[in-house]
Amino acid sequence: MPRDSLIASDNDADITLEFEGGEEGGHKERRHREKRRDGSKDRRKRGNGRRRQGSRSVERENEEERVGEREKERKRRVKKDQEAKKRDKEEGDRAQTRSEKTAKAKKNIKNEKRRRSEKGEAGERTEKGKKKVQSAKKEKSVNHGTKDKTHEEKKKKRKKVLETSSEQETSEEDSEDKEDSEDEEVKPESLSPEELEKLKEAVDDKKKLIQSLRGKPWPMKKKLVTLRESQEFLEKYEGALGKGKGRKLYAYKKWMKFQRDFENFKTACIPWEMKIKEIESHFGSSVASYFIFLRWMYGINMILFGLTFGLVMVPEALMGRPYGSIPRKTVPRAEEASAMDFAVLWDFGGYAQYSVLFYGFYSNQRAIGWLKFRMPLSYFLVGVGTVAYSYMVVIRTMARNANESGVGDDNSFNFSWKMFTSWDYLIGNPETADNKFASITTSFKEAILEEQESRKDDNIHLTRFLRVLANFLVLCCLAGSGYLIYFVVRRSQKFALDGLENHTWWERNEVNMVMSLLGMFCPMLFDVISTLENYHPRVALQWQLGRIFALFLGNLYTFIIALMDEINVKRDEEKIVKFNITMWEASLYNGTVSENFTVPPITIHPADVPRGPCWETMVGQEFVRLIISDTMTTYITLLIGDFLRAVLVRFLNHCWCWDLEAGFPSYSEFDVSGNVLGLIFNQGMIWMGAFYAPCLPALNVLRLHVSMYLQCWAVMCCNVPQERVFKASGSNNFYMAMLLVILFLSTLPAIYTIVTIPPSFDCGPFSGKNRMFDVIHETLESDFPAWFSKVFSYASNPGLVLPFILLMV
Amino acid sequence: MGATASQLDKGMLSEYQELTFLTKQEILLAHKRFSELVPKEEIDRINCRIPMSLILTLPELKSNPFNERICKVFSTSDIKDGSLSFDDFLDLLSAFSDSATLEIKSHYAFRIFDFDDDGTLGRHDLEKLVNCLTGGTDDTNLTPDEMRQLIDNILEESDIDKDGTVNLSEFQHVISRSPDFVSSFKIVL
Repeated sequence: MPRDSLIASDNDADITLEFEGGEEGGHKERRHREKRRDGSKDRRKRGNGRRRQGSRSVERENEEERVGEREKERKRRVKKDQEAKKRDKEEGDRAQTRSEKTAKAKKNIKNEKRRRSEKGEAGERTEKGKKKVQSAKKEKSVNHGTKDKTHEEKKKKRKKVLETSSEQETSEEDSEDKEDSEDEEVKPESLSPEELEKLKEAVDDKKKLIQSLRGKPWPMKKKLVTLRESQEFLEKYEGALGKGKGRKLYAYKKWMKFQRDFENFKTACIPWEMKIKEIESHFGSSVASYFIFLRWMYGINMILFGLTFGLVMVPEALMGRPYGSIPRKTVPRAEEASAMDFAVLWDFGGYAQYSVLFYGFYSNQRAIGWLKFRMPLSYFLVGVGTVAYSYMVVIRTMARNANESGVGDDNSFNFSWKMFTSWDYLIGNPETADNKFASITTSFKEAILEEQESRKDDNIHLTRFLRVLANFLVLCCLAGSGYLIYFVVRRSQKFALDGLENHTWWERNEVNMVMSLLGMFCPMLFDVISTLENYHPRVALQWQLGRIFALFLGNLYTFIIALMDEINVKRDEEKIVKFNITMWEASLYNGTVSENFTVPPITIHPADVPRGPCWETMVGQEFVRLIISDTMTTYITLLIGDFLRAVLVRFLNHCWCWDLEAGFPSYSEFDVSGNVLGLIFNQGMIWMGAFYAPCLPALNVLRLHVSMYLQCWAVMCCNVPQERVFKASGSNNFYMAMLLVILFLSTLPAIYTIVTIPPSFDCGPFSGKNRMFDVIHETLESDFPAWFSKVFSYASNPGLVLPFILLMV
Repeated sequence: MGATASQLDKGMLSEYQELTFLTKQEILLAHKRFSELVPKEEIDRINCRIPMSLILTLPELKSNPFNERICKVFSTSDIKDGSLSFDDFLDLLSAFSDSATLEIKSHYAFRIFDFDDDGTLGRHDLEKLVNCLTGGTDDTNLTPDEMRQLIDNILEESDIDKDGTVNLSEFQHVISRSPDFVSSFKIVL
């Protein structure tokens, strides 16, 4: 009973302070006090109970409720019912916090006691405190391994409750006089270093506990309770331990809050999130993965666009010489008449050619404008920078993906995975759900059949023969398509020599059309051939992707080889033009030299100056045309293949002999892998051509933007969810790997041309130099201090570089 | 502990952010969707519970074959009727969110699949699981033969200690090797 009176007296002290102003009669006060004494004791117990037990000790809660109810009845006898209740609540909270404080103060008190070494129980109490922290940790590991985890939790909870209630009682016993001083008593100097260490450990443990809370499979109540406890503990002790009482904790808290807000902001900034969620719920995660990939590509292209636009196109446009001032920036006299024609502009000739969009426009002045912006250097570095940035991003994404997904061991848990992971929880549409049910059923049945059949003896030889045959057919296809492209490119060169105006539109755009058509029809052919092979669908998909990859690659490289031929042709032309120019200049001067020997400066309009064929601009133009035609083909096939087909099926169905929706055409499915490959190859072309046509990233950003909206609309409007839903999600890294390979292969030709072919003499930022990378050498010599270039020339000695590289490898 | 009728207070919001894998917007959206489901009479009660039938009207859960199990697993109500309070709802969304860890997801998946709540997946649980997955109607069910074979295969693959049931650690072992699990075990409002 002495305990009760102590508790009561505490509360009384509180209450009288609180109710000094505004309470009624004296005897009522006393009655209030009495009731509150009981009420607060109960409430404190209840508060303790709530705080400590968390989730599952139902009995204890019931007990408290019963007590509480009895107490409520008592209150009803008092006149001011509601007021009393309110005050009770407030006071209950206060009592709770007070009790919490006292409970937290137990650690203080423990320390004090250790210091004074009054009681032997002190050591015991620190142990209990540590146990509490450790039991929290243990619980996490225990949860993983036991069958009766709920049982264990209950046991631990009860143990905790017993511990703490006993602690509390004993502490209250002793702490009466110390409670006033609890706030200022703990000073770091007052503890021995050992205790300080232990305290620091406890603080770190609490911090780790807070951070790991969200990963614990506890119900929210328990998490909230633990969080609040730990936060209070930290507040008390971090301030005490650290230099500057609350400042460190305050800064830490603010930092965490800032980080959280920043993360929230970042997720809010992600574009098209709602669209993709809608598609996910209708079509499942594999179709949505394409759109996520598209969005990621868009991000990369935005950065590339920023680089090329900001550092190359804008400076030249603002600070370089304007259009018409020097020969390379002006449309030649011969072409002037047709320079504004739409047909010419569509082909990127005319005014489009002689603009910042292409390589040829840039002048080779070393520094332009009042900023002394080093244009050629910037051009070169941006070219290198785009490639480097792309490498970095792709490799980093691959590394991140590799961490997340497990090793895709296809067959080890086949059935179990089908059972446990085949349902896609993102599906929110009943039709899709029905589809999914059907596909899961079929996949179960197939898997069971397969399992039964594999137990029989297979005819291995037949299968092997069929597979070899299929691969042979595929190789034939690839060779055929490669030859076709080569043939077509040769023909177009012949046409070019004849003069382009004499030929039809088809003949002029033959190359691009043939490449796009091949890209459309060959994959279907591969699909048919692969039925010979009889592989597991996932393996068959990978073969299919590999073959389409080889097809595109072959096409691209044939295209490049054809381009190289054209470049050589242009360079020969250049030599002739150079010779002609000297003759022409001589003829100009010849006319005047007879007058006197001082030669007056002759002003010639830039449009009249004979021009060399600028092979770099030609290359840029070819790439731009290829991308445009590719885009157009994609959009048109989308509209015709998907949209028109859906319209026909929908509206002709009721007047047709067989059921169009279930039978032959039906609605198309979204071809994830085909689209992903198309995206990857487009990106490859951008990387290839970006050096010669700085407008390419800008074009690509536009194209991706339009694609996103068009394809989102088309998917929702014309496609049905796939019947065979097998997730290509494990192929996430597969696509990244392909992207990396394409990046490497597409930057090779550009690098080759930069390193081996001398730039044109009269166009572009490198004109007049021997090789394009000479600009670096020049910059080092003229812009950096003298010692720097000496050091660099020593360092770039092959004898030094090679051993260094070998060492690194 | 719980949400007041119309506003989620800031202190609770930051605590929820600390304790779940959800971002602030997601928590606020969850609160909004939850409040829409609360029947008018109870709108003033703190910590009110929504019965399972109302939760199952959410489009994200409606078509899910495991919706009832999900409600029962996350419910902390005393009478085990699957009713969810706002705290439970947040727990649900956190476990199914994009940033939740594999451990949490596999832990809850195990509990969802454990139809009889005995802590292991026995034959009976697995049979019920298969029936849920195949749509539950008679014509899509597997024949008893197929069912038996399927379950035999599963137990052969996952039951490491050969006691005839799959316990939590065996389940987590199987799941951790799966490439699809984390991306498919997701619910987003």
